[in-house]
Amino acid sequence: MAQSMWRIPRWFYQMGSPKWFYDIGGRLQPWFAVAAAVLLMWGAIWGLAFAPADYQQGNSFRIMYVHVPAAILSQSIFLAMALAGAVGIIWKIKVAFMVARSCIAIGATFTLIALLTGAIWGKPTWGAYWVWDARLTSTLVLLFLYAGVMALNQAISERQVAGKATAILAIVGTINIPIIKYSVEWWNTLHQTSSFTLTAKPSMPADMYLPLLLTVLGSYCVFALVVLVRTRAQILYTQSGATWLIKHRDITGAT
Amino acid sequence: MYFESVNGLLNMAGHGAYVWSCYGLFFALVGINVWHARSQKMKALKRVQAMVRRNQ
Repeated sequence: MAQSMWRIPRWFYQMGSPKWFYDIGGRLQPWFAVAAAVLLMWGAIWGLAFAPADYQQGNSFRIMYVHVPAAILSQSIFLAMALAGAVGIIWKIKVAFMVARSCIAIGATFTLIALLTGAIWGKPTWGAYWVWDARLTSTLVLLFLYAGVMALNQAISERQVAGKATAILAIVGTINIPIIKYSVEWWNTLHQTSSFTLTAKPSMPADMYLPLLLTVLGSYCVFALVVLVRTRAQILYTQSGATWLIKHRDITGAT
Repeated sequence: MYFESVNGLLNMAGHGAYVWSCYGLFFALVGINVWHARSQKMKALKRVQAMVRRNQ
């Protein structure tokens, strides 16, 4: 019984094969690149020039179309990184550790974007670039967690050990994610509550929330693209002597 | 378009500097990430190609 409970579908193991990931990743990459470019440009142009101004915040609310996706992605990527790390530890899949490692820089970047655009938005809205509010502080902690994960990952030269250590730190660090999410409800914060949820109908008119949906989806595509490219680069480094790679058309140049 | 002129779009009734700098930051930082990831992959690819050539 215990065995059947842990039976894993074939695709799961295939995904753990460097060759399989390299090939599928190569095929998916251009689609994510095109989708990311189209969605982000479309969302940004719509948000900047066509969405109506907010009745309270005026035009400064247009910052939302880059601030909210960055904030959502900063948390999603951290969870994805912890999940990939957990998969690596439980099923001893090297590619999962590579995926987790690929998440670090892009996750930290989205966190930095969320903090910087939030600070710029804070000036015309609250009158200050920074306040020690629960949402802002917990997001700053997230940036430090990314920095810690990155430092730990680079400090250990043995890849397998580095992968495990990073995974454990990422898993422990996920405790901060619900704190960020519920900070606006648990504490009296200056930061407003979520403008966007999966379960409820948006309180904004379609002309205001559709551009946000586009930039959020576009940002997820950027994340997928960067993870694929970085993981494939790591596969190239670690598998450089493998027969499948030496005979691969990317190396031989055959079409 | 919501704005009546290009100047209106740039100025955004006084909020232009805030809004445009945020969009600039977003696209610059995201762009750097994509570019860096790509350059790492190209470097790795060239390294394997060189290794294969040496061993031939």
